[in-house]
Amino acid sequence: MSSVSVGTPRWLLAGCAAPAFAFFAAFWLLPVARLVALPAEKGWETYFVVLTDARYLQSMLNTLMLSLAVTATTLVLSGAVGVYLARRRFAGRRVLLSLLTLPLSFPGVIVGFFVILLGGRQGVVPNLGARVGLEGLTFAYGLLGLFLAYLYFSLPRAIATYTAAAESMDMQLEEAARALGASRLRITRDVWLPQLAPTSVATGAILFATAMGAFGTAFTLASKYEVVPITIYNEFTNYANFALAASLSIALGLVTWAVLFAARMTVGARPT
Amino acid sequence: MRATANTPAPLLFTVTLAVALFMVAPILLSVMAGLVVNYSTGLKSGLTLRWLVQVWETYGDTVGASLLIGAGSVLATLVLGVPCAYMLARSRSRAARAFEEMLTLPVAVPGLATALALILVYGQMASFRQSFAFILVGHVVFTLPFMVRTVSAAFQRDELVALEEAARTLGASFSQRFLGVLVPAVFPAIVAGCLMVFTLSIGEFNLTWMLHTPLTRTLPVGLADSYASMRLEVGSAYTLVFLAVILPVLWALQALATTMQKRYGT
Repeated sequence: MSSVSVGTPRWLLAGCAAPAFAFFAAFWLLPVARLVALPAEKGWETYFVVLTDARYLQSMLNTLMLSLAVTATTLVLSGAVGVYLARRRFAGRRVLLSLLTLPLSFPGVIVGFFVILLGGRQGVVPNLGARVGLEGLTFAYGLLGLFLAYLYFSLPRAIATYTAAAESMDMQLEEAARALGASRLRITRDVWLPQLAPTSVATGAILFATAMGAFGTAFTLASKYEVVPITIYNEFTNYANFALAASLSIALGLVTWAVLFAARMTVGARPT
Repeated sequence: MRATANTPAPLLFTVTLAVALFMVAPILLSVMAGLVVNYSTGLKSGLTLRWLVQVWETYGDTVGASLLIGAGSVLATLVLGVPCAYMLARSRSRAARAFEEMLTLPVAVPGLATALALILVYGQMASFRQSFAFILVGHVVFTLPFMVRTVSAAFQRDELVALEEAARTLGASFSQRFLGVLVPAVFPAIVAGCLMVFTLSIGEFNLTWMLHTPLTRTLPVGLADSYASMRLEVGSAYTLVFLAVILPVLWALQALATTMQKRYGT
């Protein structure tokens, strides 16, 4: 942080933040405090329902596994695309980059719908499969459909950051490595990966948190593979079980935070 | 910078090509599906605007609602967020750091949880619950940290601190300094923040699905509704409406932001 010498009085600074603080306190702090306190009304064991009830535990593990897998796949794929786009100059490169980042503004529901168009009951892939005699290629409503949808949702976010990061990579290091006879694998491991590490940590954290809380995608797909946001939604709307929905929301938030915290600790970098 | 385009990279090329196909194919597929008579038969069934008309009749109001809520979110985050960003950039107190951390929580906490919390506390206030203001509040809570963080980073630049100091020794009052010196200096960051807030608000679904009522629907809410209850062609046509209305707006704003950044940026 820069040194601060401007003599703006403290009361003025406090006044600057007062509207934002009042709004935030009224519409986030207070409601969330209420949410956190809610399960207690049904007994303390309600807080641990995600651990004690096999169905909720399964749902949480599903979400965790899916989010980790999607984050890892996205990082690898978009890292490759970012490196490629950063050092190639070809006709239509800018168009390609803007096409790849265009889905940034798509809500999750649209992405879910895309997967239905691809692999739903009337989807392109099952249709083509049926034509050549392959039945049962409907993948939209299972784990694969959910995975592809989450991947589609995550990729544009990561590609944009990786391209920017790869463009500022030090070319001389790579040229030196190549001149010294390093193989492609070694260049990837010893030159590219360390330089892209800070970006990977920061982007990975955002991707993971987004995947854990994603609701629209799974909602549209009406997936058989249940994730926690869907469980929360069902408890809330179908069973009007507020306390349970609150407890699961808290658990989801805590697990997300714990994984991000663990990642921060192991890498030692501070994502912003 | 210099590009080394001389070494071939077949693996990277293949991955890039595959990813590009994966990203673009569904968009094209969806545009086509919204314009054909029958999706299963494909283009052979002929082209029609019937589905688009049906979407416009059933869901037309959601387009305006989304644009208005997006604009409202931008306005609210400007008024609340820019002064707050200034405070966070200038104050070194522990309270300021704590508030900065807290502000980002609605981004990390799942949107569903925030929505549930809002319903718990304000759900009984019928006139608030049933108005678009309820959705707007959710969007502002969610987008405020993006505005604050972007603008606060710009306020922290060293030369700005010097500039502000100079204005003060010349006798400029606080409001003169803030509106006459500081805000113009961080203008590109403010524009970038606005763009981000607007984009996020337009696409927001996690919170909005919980906060909406049958009379207060935004575009993504309407989309989810049509996907669940209408035929595939209608859903596709609705997606096409989203692409045709929202994307040009976003592009225009993006172009505006780039011009601003070129003119005022350092």
